[in-house]
Amino acid sequence: MSLPEPETSGRPLAPGERLPLGERSTLSPGAEEAIGALAAKYPEPLAATLPALYLAQEDMGFTSLAAMKEVARVLRIPEGHVYGVATFYTMYQKKPVGCFHLQVCTNLCCALRGGAQLFQRLCERLAVHPGEVSPDGLWSVEEVECLGSCGSGPCLQVNQETYDEFVDEARLDRIIEACRRGDVAEWGK
Amino acid sequence: MAIRTKSDPQSYTFEGFGSEKYPNLMLRGAGQLDNWQLRIYEQQHEGYVALRKALKMEPSAVTAEVKASGIRGRGGAGFPTGLKWTFMPKDTEEKKLTRYVVCNADEGEPGTFKDRAIMEYNPHQLIEGLVIAGWAMGCKLGFIYVRGEFKWLVDKLDAAIQQARDAGYLGKDILGSGLDFDILTYRGAGAYICGEETALLNSLEGRRGEPRVKPPFPATKGAFGQPTTVNNVETLAAVPPILRMGGGEYAKLGTPNNTGTRIFGLSGHVKRPGLYELPLGLPLDFILNDLGGGSSTGRKIKAIIPGGASAPMWDASALDCPMDFDTVKARGSMAGSGGIIAMDESTCMVQATLRLLRFYAHESCGQCTPCREGCNWVVKILTRIEAGQGREEDLPLLESLVPRINMRTLCPLGDAACGPLESALRLFRPEFEHHIQHKACLATGVPLLASLGAH
Ligand SMILES: Cc1cc2nc3c(=O)[nH]c(=O)nc-3n(C[C@H](O)[C@H](O)[C@H](O)COP(=O)(O)O)c2cc1C
Ligand code: SF4
Repeated sequence: MSLPEPETSGRPLAPGERLPLGERSTLSPGAEEAIGALAAKYPEPLAATLPALYLAQEDMGFTSLAAMKEVARVLRIPEGHVYGVATFYTMYQKKPVGCFHLQVCTNLCCALRGGAQLFQRLCERLAVHPGEVSPDGLWSVEEVECLGSCGSGPCLQVNQETYDEFVDEARLDRIIEACRRGDVAEWGK
Repeated sequence: MAIRTKSDPQSYTFEGFGSEKYPNLMLRGAGQLDNWQLRIYEQQHEGYVALRKALKMEPSAVTAEVKASGIRGRGGAGFPTGLKWTFMPKDTEEKKLTRYVVCNADEGEPGTFKDRAIMEYNPHQLIEGLVIAGWAMGCKLGFIYVRGEFKWLVDKLDAAIQQARDAGYLGKDILGSGLDFDILTYRGAGAYICGEETALLNSLEGRRGEPRVKPPFPATKGAFGQPTTVNNVETLAAVPPILRMGGGEYAKLGTPNNTGTRIFGLSGHVKRPGLYELPLGLPLDFILNDLGGGSSTGRKIKAIIPGGASAPMWDASALDCPMDFDTVKARGSMAGSGGIIAMDESTCMVQATLRLLRFYAHESCGQCTPCREGCNWVVKILTRIEAGQGREEDLPLLESLVPRINMRTLCPLGDAACGPLESALRLFRPEFEHHIQHKACLATGVPLLASLGAH
C-alpha cells in the first residue's frame, strides 16, 4: 500500500500543461443573468467573483477556461483576475468530474479512524484513480483536507452532500448504491 | 435551498450538560432538528432579548459590557474581544468610511467542528450577536464568511436571516431604534488559509485568499478598504448570553482572565467524541477521560493535541493541565480553537506528523518562501523517513528547519506548521530514530506506509 497521490485540483500545472477549455463556450442565458445580478449584491462588483464562479461551474459542468472567460466578460473584470482566483481555490474543479464526485477526508482526525483506508477502498471499489473520471462518466474521487467532521469521521462528501456518520465499508457500499439508484443529487444539480 | 433533515452526529450531551455547573450558552437545544427556527429561539431560548436590551444602551456601554465579561476570541488567538471592538476608529463620518463586522465561519482547522454546530442549531444566536456587534461598533453591514464545503449551512443561515428580516430584527430601523443593519453570507471555496483574517478579507473581496501584510490592521483598513472587525462564530454567539446575564455574571464562569464557557471538540481515539460546552479551566483529564470516556481502543493515550492541529502536541504527562488559554500556553502549547485530538499508543507519530505537515504544505498560500518551500521540504524528508529511506542527518536537518520557518513568515500558518513538527520531534524522537535505523515502525511494528488508523 502506498501513500495516496495528492489530489489533482491542488496540483500546480506542469510546464507547458494547459487547463481544458471545455466543450461549451458560453453560459446559458439563465446563468448569465444570475451572474450579472450578483455584481450589485456586494459593496464592489469584484466581490462577485467567487459566487459567479460557482454559478458558472454549475452551469458549464466544471470550471473550464471558457467558464472563467465568461465570468470575466459578464462581470466586466479582467480574465487574469478570474483565472487567478479560480486556480487558487480547490473547490473550482478545473477538469471534468463524474456525476458523483466523491471526496474523502484523510486528515489526521479522520485518518486515526481509517480515512486513508476508506479512500483506498473507494478507489478500488469504483476502479477509478484520483483525478480521473470513470469510463461511464459516473464517478470521480478526490482526497481532501479536513471537512469539519472530526468527531464522527471518517467523512465522505458526495457532490454537496456530506456523510459524516462514521463512514465504514458497509456505509460506503450503501452510499454508492444510493448514488446508483439516483437518490443523491448529481454534480451541478 | 435545502435544509438538512438529518441531525449532526457530533453534538454530544452528557450528564450535567446545561446544568448550573455546566451551563450551555451556545449549544442550547443542539441535536433538535428544528431548533434553528426563529419561533423556537424566541420561545425557548430567550431569543433577541439581548438585542432589545442592547438597543436601549449606548453603543459604548455595550462594548463595556463585553469588556467586563472578559471573553477572549474563540477563533484561535484568544485576543480579548471587548478590547478588539474599541480599535474601530470613531471618526469615520468625517472620513466618509463605512464600518464592517465580519463573522469568521471558515472553520477548517483539523480537529475543530464547533462553529458548524452553532450554525446548524442556533443560527439566530449568531445573527443576534452580529447585530449587537454592529450596534456597538457602528456598522451597517455584516458578513458571515462560511467555508465552501458547508453549503447546507449557508442555505440555513440565509433562511434564518430572512426570518430575522421578516421579524424586524434585521433591516431598516431595527425594533424602532434607528439602527439599520443587514447581513450577507459569503461562501468560500476550499482554502484553509482563508480562516486567517486578512486572507478572509481578500477572499471576501473576490480575490485570492492570500494574507495581507499587517499593519494596516483590519480595524484601520479591512474589507473593501474600510475599518473592519473579524470575529469567530463562537465569539459572536457568546455575545447575546453576555448581554442577557451581564458581563460581570458571565465573568464568574471559568477562571479569572479565562472567563466563560467554550465548546471543546473531542476527536481521534476517544470513546465518546463530540462537542462539549464547558467552563474554561477544567482539567484535560476530566474532559478526555471522564466526559470523553477515555481511549476508544483500550490502548493508552500517547499523544494529545489540545487546541486544533496547529497547537504543539503533548504527551500523556500533560493530562492534569487545566484547559484555559494561559495555562495551556504556559505548558508549551496553545488553546487555539478548542479541538482536542487524542492518539493512542499504536499511532505512528512519524505518520501523524507527516499527515499534518502535508496539510500545511497543501494549504500554504505560497507567498512566503519559508512556508511554501519549507513545508514541502519537511514533507519530502518525512515521506522518505516513513518509506524506510531515512538518513542519519535527517533529524538534525528537520530540527534546523523549524527556526527557519517559525516566526519568519507573513502569517501564522508557517508557525502553525512548526508546532506539531517541533513537538513531535522533541517528544517522540525515539520513534523517528527507529524508523531511520531499523526501517520499521516502533509503534506499529510494521515496516510500513499508510497504516495510520489501520488497527
Ligand atoms: C492559518 C490560520 C487559520 C485560521 N483559521 C481560522 C478559522 O477557521 N476560524 C476562525 O474563527 N479563526 C481562524 N483563524 C484566526 C483568525 O485569524 C482570527 O484571529 C479570528 O477570526 C479572530 O476572531 P476572534 O477574535 O473571535 O477569535 C485562523 C488563523 C490562522 C493564522
Ligand atoms: S506563512 Fe504561508 S500561508 Fe501565510 S502568507 Fe506566508 S506563504 Fe501564505
